[in-house]
Amino acid sequence: MSRLFTGLQIALLAVTLTAGANAAAPPLLPAVATVHIKDFKYHPPALTVHVGDRVTFVNDDDEAHTVTATDKSFDSEGLDTAGTWQHVFTKPGTFHYFCELHPYMKATIIVLPGAAK
Amino acid sequence: MKRDDFLKHVAWTGGGIAWSLSGTGLFNAQRALAADGAISFVQISDSHIGFSHPENPDVIGTLQQTIAGINAMPVQPTFVVHTGDVTHLAKPAQFDTAKQILGTLKAPLVVLPGEHDVIGTSEAFFSAFRRSDAPKGWFSWDQGGAHFLSLVNVFNFEIDGKLGAEQIDFVEKDLAAQKSSTPIVVFAHVPLYALFPPWGWTTEDGSRVLAALRRFNAVTVLNGHIHQIVQHTDGNIRFATAASTAYPQPAPGTAAKPGPLKVPDSKLLSVLGYRSVEIARSAATITDHSLQT
Repeated sequence: MSRLFTGLQIALLAVTLTAGANAAAPPLLPAVATVHIKDFKYHPPALTVHVGDRVTFVNDDDEAHTVTATDKSFDSEGLDTAGTWQHVFTKPGTFHYFCELHPYMKATIIVLPGAAK
Repeated sequence: MKRDDFLKHVAWTGGGIAWSLSGTGLFNAQRALAADGAISFVQISDSHIGFSHPENPDVIGTLQQTIAGINAMPVQPTFVVHTGDVTHLAKPAQFDTAKQILGTLKAPLVVLPGEHDVIGTSEAFFSAFRRSDAPKGWFSWDQGGAHFLSLVNVFNFEIDGKLGAEQIDFVEKDLAAQKSSTPIVVFAHVPLYALFPPWGWTTEDGSRVLAALRRFNAVTVLNGHIHQIVQHTDGNIRFATAASTAYPQPAPGTAAKPGPLKVPDSKLLSVLGYRSVEIARSAATITDHSLQT
C-alpha cells in the first residue's frame, strides 16, 4: 500500500510542508502583554491595555484554538499548538473574545483611551 | 476470536445492530440481513489534515491507509461520507491536500464540515467541497430505499453543536414527506444527542430534529467529532460516533479536557479506522474496521 502511494505521498508532503512554512508565525514584535492559552482557558481572563498597545497570544495547549472577538473586530484564525498571534488594539472599549473551536472559552480585553506609557 | 473476547465486546441493541471487536483489531458487527433492499456505504471522519504532533505525526499516511482499506473492499460502497474535520485549521492548502487524497477513493464522496473546517469562514471548505444541491451545506437524498440527511451543526455554534432554525425547518419539512417505514440515515459532525455536554459533545438545538425522527421505524444517526466509537440507542434511533483517521481523544470524563490523546505508537492504528454500514428496511448493520492489520 505504501508503495502504491509513495509518489502521491511525496507530492502531498511537499504541499503540506510548503503550507507549514507559509503559515509560520512572523517574528514577534515587542508587546505590552501576553495572553497564554492553557487548559482551554485564556490567562489572564481579563486584561487592560491602552489604545495602540500590542498584545501577544500564545497557544500552550495540545489542542488548536482561536482568539476571536465577539464583534468580529479581530480574529487570530486557527492557532495550532505553540502558535502565536499578535494584535494592536486601535480603538478604546471592552472587547469580549472567545475560541471558535471551543466557544465556552471566553475572555475580555479592556482598551483604555490615550497612548500607552 | 475467543468467546470471552467476543462477549466482552459485543452489545446488542434492540433493533439489530451488533457490535464486537475481534482479537485482530477488527471492530465487527454482524447480523444476517435480507439481501434485498440493502444499501451499503462507508463513513470516515476527523482526518485533521495539517495536524502534526506526537499523537500522530503522519495524518496523511493514516488517511491514505484508510482509503486503501476502503478501495480494497470486495464490494465497493455506494458512497463514502466524510463526517467532518477534514482539515485541522481550515487552511486552503490543507483542503487541497485532503482533496487530493480523498480523490483516490473509488466510490463517490460526500463531505460535511466539522468546526475545524470552518474556522473564521466556511469559504475554504465550500471552495473545496461545495455541492450545487446544497447551497447552505445541508441536503437530503434518496438512495437504495433509504432516505439520507446530511446536516451541518458547526456553523456559529456558541457552546455546543448547533443546527439553527433555518436548518431545523428544512429537516422538519423534509422528514414530513417521508413514509415512517423508510429507513432514515442522518449525518452530522457533532453528536446530535447529549453524549457528554461538559466537553461540548452535544447539539444544543438537536432535540427538535430528534423529535421529528421519532415516528420512523428505523433511524441511524452517524457522527464524528469525538474521535472514538460510542454507540447509543434511544428508542427507534441508533446513534454511533466514528473513529478518527488521525488521532484518538479520551473517553468522556477520563481527562481534564478533550483533545489529542497520545497512545503508544504500536497502538495508534488500532484506534483509527473507517466504518461500513448496511441499511435494510428493518435493520442497520454497522461494522467498524481499525487500520491495524
